[in-house]
Amino acid sequence: MTDTALLSVRGVTKRYGAHIGCADVSFDLYPGEVMGIVGESGSGKSTLLNCMAGHLAPDAGQVVFDTAVDGPCDTLQMSEPERRMLSRTDWAFVHQHARDGLRMGVSAGGNVGERLMAVGARHYGDIRGSAIDWLGRVEIDETRVDDRPTTFSGGMQQRLQIARNLVTGPRLVFMDEPTGGLDVSVQARLLDMIRSLVRDMGLSAIIVTHDLAVVRLLADRLMVMKSGHVVEAGLTDQVLDDPQHAYTQLLVSSILQV
Amino acid sequence: MFDLKDVSKTFTLHNQGAAVIEVLSGANMTVTAGECVALTGASGSGKSTLMRMLYGNYRAQGGVVSVAGVDLVQAAPREIIRLRREVLGYVSQFLRVVPRVPTLDVVAEPLLALGVPAAHARDQAATLLARLNIPKTLWDLSPTTFSGGEQQRVNIARGFIHPFPALLLDEPTASLDATNRNVVLELIADAKARGTAIIGIFHDEAARDQVCDRQIDVTGFSPGCAA
Amino acid sequence: MTDYNFAYLDEQTKRMIRRAILKGLAVPGYQVPFASREMPMPYGWGTGGVQVSAAVMTTDDQFKVIDQGADDTTNAVSIRSFFERTAGVATTTQTAEATVIQTRHRIPEQDLTEDQILVYQVPIPEPLRFLEPRESETRKMHSLEEYGLMHVKLYEDISRHGHIATSYAYPVKVEGRYVMDPSPIPKFDNPKLSDCPAIQLFGAGREQRIYALPPYTQVVSLDFEDHPFVASKADHPCGLCGVEDSYLDEVIIDDAGGRMFVCSDTDYCTARQADGFKGKDAA
Repeated sequence: MTDTALLSVRGVTKRYGAHIGCADVSFDLYPGEVMGIVGESGSGKSTLLNCMAGHLAPDAGQVVFDTAVDGPCDTLQMSEPERRMLSRTDWAFVHQHARDGLRMGVSAGGNVGERLMAVGARHYGDIRGSAIDWLGRVEIDETRVDDRPTTFSGGMQQRLQIARNLVTGPRLVFMDEPTGGLDVSVQARLLDMIRSLVRDMGLSAIIVTHDLAVVRLLADRLMVMKSGHVVEAGLTDQVLDDPQHAYTQLLVSSILQV
Repeated sequence: MFDLKDVSKTFTLHNQGAAVIEVLSGANMTVTAGECVALTGASGSGKSTLMRMLYGNYRAQGGVVSVAGVDLVQAAPREIIRLRREVLGYVSQFLRVVPRVPTLDVVAEPLLALGVPAAHARDQAATLLARLNIPKTLWDLSPTTFSGGEQQRVNIARGFIHPFPALLLDEPTASLDATNRNVVLELIADAKARGTAIIGIFHDEAARDQVCDRQIDVTGFSPGCAA
Repeated sequence: MTDYNFAYLDEQTKRMIRRAILKGLAVPGYQVPFASREMPMPYGWGTGGVQVSAAVMTTDDQFKVIDQGADDTTNAVSIRSFFERTAGVATTTQTAEATVIQTRHRIPEQDLTEDQILVYQVPIPEPLRFLEPRESETRKMHSLEEYGLMHVKLYEDISRHGHIATSYAYPVKVEGRYVMDPSPIPKFDNPKLSDCPAIQLFGAGREQRIYALPPYTQVVSLDFEDHPFVASKADHPCGLCGVEDSYLDEVIIDDAGGRMFVCSDTDYCTARQADGFKGKDAA
């Protein structure tokens, strides 16, 4: 078991004026771990995700990532080119709405190939080959490689977004409500796919969601947020089955039984 | 393999007037490799709670819950995750899986998580499912639609596919017919012979007597009875 | 002469434009913002090119204007007469004699020299525009050299047409740094951009951008290893002068599908004909 955390978050705080986005969040994520962040709307989970992924600049704190070349580096102190390079290579970000993460005017193959071309791939045949391979892995038929995502269903768009993100073999994936807005049968298939990919590629992932069923199936660990603060963290099944904090108990007992 | 020292457990119900329920206190027990121990006691005496604490599912308020040298009370989540992946198996009464995943993959998953090649893991899963008399026609279907007994056997297959050195069994023979019950008892006996330390809850007394070396009455761990 | 200031624009405006040009020359391929003025012609008719020409023009210059290679089209004639009137400069149609050449969509066939300035009219200076509409984002991509998206465009071309179908405004990389839109010249002209002895200036009036290539700048057309750049042209000789290696216009000559191919560069073609070269369609 490696002792170097892939991601070490220390004291991350983000304020919107007097309002607290997230406050003093710290945790370590190790290679191969999947961590869920749950909480109601406005609890700060998306703010935290965006701070970690470099989309928002936190007011305080460190986000130390174990880079492939230089070892652990505080990504908040990195220059913008370095951080953007990281977000094209070692990191991936899956948006809740596939439209935010895809180029809707570009074919499926072009969408998947973009990250390869961004890191210097210049052989059309190879790029296309990788794109087709990845479409297969996310269960999109090869014949759709030249179709635009506008012609895809919501579930297919989400799977395409995942393929586009994973094609460069990232080590850390940020996911913002990846199954939100999809109907339940599509959700199930997507969950299974994400789980297999995480396992087969040895990915680490941070998944923000308000769906406790999703984290139970996907996440090894769980962080519960309320009003910008982490109120409880631990093993997913432990937090859900033996919640210690009042808010977590309320959250868990509020789930509708089917 | 399992070593409990002075373990206590309370539930605090914050949303019900912060009621504190004491379930266990001063629990001590040791189970060594190759041993099979049954937890006994009346319903509500804390058997399931203790099982869940042994799996790291419930958090103890005090004491040491050591499994293969890892103290579940103090361990970081990732240590418990690794322990569950490599050392500690658990056959629960309830099957919880991603919907629409074929039974064969559900059973193979513990091996896949250990990095066993998919084809080999599925072969193992098939062997075990066949031994537990799950009809081959069901292997490609999701177990969510199965009957209680079938789900139970899928759960058992998941628990036995990897030779875990430590195993927790929660009512493994409940809702099984005689044939399958015997298969499960064989599996338990095989595991014991391999040196697996097993802790189980068996309401099926005949089964308990057949596979268990000794019994621990958890009533003794109830707060009122604590020494 | 006239009541206009020399070359229409006031001196302060020309200074401002010259500063932008100098910055552009210092950072080849980089789009320099400038305060584009209203010109007495509509956007799309070369307002950017005219402002750049006005800023570099001196009384001694010989001015030539081409539109799609021709000296005699409306746009070329109008701009030529505009500067005849506002600057009183000498004009010419001969490439070799000209010192400042304003062009729309072509590079002259005849090799340029160190004594010449070529001014391009540019409609859309941002090569990344069609894939990334946000200007804030494209500027960042330029500054960080994130040009993967440019290849996405070429990828899309190949996946749809089997080859890179972009035939004009073909993107180039300047001195291994900035990706640049060479204005809508045919890709046949792209190789002429590189290592050119003349100064090349690009003016986009509506978009308020100027960029430049100093003499002898290395300019490379983007491509894939397995789909290399090809400077293509119609596979015919010129019908009038018989030349094999100049860029051709296809001209429909009757209602029965008859057509001929002629040099798009009228000066080049006329000069060859005067030297006695004859194509198959020559009178």
